[in-house]
Amino acid sequence: MSNEVRRFSHGSRVPGWDDAVDLTKEPASVPDPATTPVPDELRAEIEAAMAKYPDRRSAALPALAAAQRHHGWCSPEAIEQVACVMRLTPAYLTAVATFYDMFDTQPVGRHRVYVCTNISCSLRGADELCERIEQAAAGDPDISVRHFECLGACDIAPMASVDGVYVGPIELDEVDELIDDIRNGRPPLPRKQLRLRPTADSLPLDGKDNG
Amino acid sequence: MEKLLFKDIDEPGLNTIDVYRRRGGYERLRKALAMPREAVLNELLASGLRGRGGAGFAMGKKVSFLPKGAMDVYLCCNADESEPGTFKDREIMQKNPHLLIEGIIIAAYAAGANKAFIYIRGEYVLQADILDAAIAEAYAAGFLGENILGSDHSLSLVVHRGAGAYICGEETALLDSLEGKRGNPRLKPPFPANQGLYQGPTLINNVETLSTVPFIIEMGGEEYAKLGVENSTGTKLVSISGHVKRPGNYEIELGMRSRDIIYGLAGGPPDGRKVKLWFPGGSSSPVLTGSDEDLDLPYDFDTMAKAGTMLGSGAIIVVDDSTSVVEVAYKTAYFYRHESCGKCTPCREGTNWTLKMLDRIRKGEATPMDLDIIASVCENIMGHCLCVLGDAMAMPVSSMVKKFRAEFEEEIERRRQEADLASAMPEPELPLIQGAVA
Repeated sequence: MSNEVRRFSHGSRVPGWDDAVDLTKEPASVPDPATTPVPDELRAEIEAAMAKYPDRRSAALPALAAAQRHHGWCSPEAIEQVACVMRLTPAYLTAVATFYDMFDTQPVGRHRVYVCTNISCSLRGADELCERIEQAAAGDPDISVRHFECLGACDIAPMASVDGVYVGPIELDEVDELIDDIRNGRPPLPRKQLRLRPTADSLPLDGKDNG
Repeated sequence: MEKLLFKDIDEPGLNTIDVYRRRGGYERLRKALAMPREAVLNELLASGLRGRGGAGFAMGKKVSFLPKGAMDVYLCCNADESEPGTFKDREIMQKNPHLLIEGIIIAAYAAGANKAFIYIRGEYVLQADILDAAIAEAYAAGFLGENILGSDHSLSLVVHRGAGAYICGEETALLDSLEGKRGNPRLKPPFPANQGLYQGPTLINNVETLSTVPFIIEMGGEEYAKLGVENSTGTKLVSISGHVKRPGNYEIELGMRSRDIIYGLAGGPPDGRKVKLWFPGGSSSPVLTGSDEDLDLPYDFDTMAKAGTMLGSGAIIVVDDSTSVVEVAYKTAYFYRHESCGKCTPCREGTNWTLKMLDRIRKGEATPMDLDIIASVCENIMGHCLCVLGDAMAMPVSSMVKKFRAEFEEEIERRRQEADLASAMPEPELPLIQGAVA
């Protein structure tokens, strides 16, 4: 064992922020509309969201979601555009965006696949499923796979959310088909989608197991 | 038992206003608006309806706490539903959105609220789209907007989509998130009934609670209270998941025997395996075991509280004997560590350290002393934070350590052997031999 003190990548002995702050830069103020071009479509969407609430700041989440749809992720540019329309500082919106799991502050693929690995899903093999899906999509810049906390669909465990569409239960041998569907822009595993599933309570009790 | 919330839930087109009205929808609203506000509130009080979101607070009482006077009163429907194991609200919103909307309008009338929001978790894309469409239909039919059905009651309703944060199901964090901030819980008091959304009086209720309101108006509060058992009135949706043959949502009358839910409705564990433990009310509730004593408990608020756990959101997660309790504890702690907002130190650090110790067990580096430290960390989290997220990890994890201590110790030994480490169990004490002291 060497006597050298172990240090984190930012040079300190204690873990700190993942991204160092550039202290030489001036803090960003509310962007000037004259120098911040915002796509008309995005501006209209943000303004419509602001009009729904008594306080325009309430539209921060819908506005960031709109910007993410528009830009693919919450890039600094996207956040600046939202800040410009909402008259907030980019720092405020960055703080909000980094809090929520569904806002990506790093570039991601066009297709987001969330695999639930919470208790109920992992009891039914979600950890292995998540690994398989990650392997199957490896190297494809279009598909971002990540494990996610409970997605609220434990009845179809193990499940995944593909661009917001809930699919499950996914068998291990269906993984290739699922990735194929995503790559070719088809609806993911249509026969396994949650929206088609009847409520368990309305099925006859002596019916076959649905798990 | 006659179904209320799940009556004909799979009827095609029930999510459209035409089918819903053909089945008597919005007639309860008409009836409520013809009554004075106080009479509607009295029906809610008489029904004894307890909140279905997790805390189980009497809904009528919550409404009665709102101050009277000319001011903006808000109603927030909590549709964040992020508690692991819970998926009942999803079913209502997806298949019968107008029932929820009707319930919101009636509850808002009783509370004197004129602005309502549905805070739905961002992951529920389909359900939020269905709600948006249903609300547009309700506006067009005159059930929302100014002077509903010619009365003096006006209400606007907006669907607000979250963006993936468990903590936003906590009522004050939900309000912060709805105000466009990071979802951090607030100090209580003041409670939301006095100072909530935009500092105004706010009523916050769960989807299932609000969806029950039309039935209370239809049947009358006292008639509704005859369902279920004392102090736990009415029907309840239970979401059963994990190791059962038929996972899904079931509507039961409160007070049903737990065994009949787990085995009767959900079919019990597959392949003839036995129930090892079960969470009676989502992953935040202390676990119960597969013993006959626990399985025979009636499923209602008070019995669960007496058994040292809680009914919570009504989400039963069944774990059978093929799974290690260490893995279940690890998954539970992992979730809460990820979702802790970081505002209060006991929760932020406590969830982190608990997870690290459980990971030590999995890696074969732990000793039985770690179990005592876990118990003491959990004890130091409970009751020391602004909200109950930390408690929600501490309660189930410490209950698992307490009830399955022997298995934890066995697992520690087994994993240590696998990692080629010496046994961590204390050597049996040698008898002291007189005169042998050097």
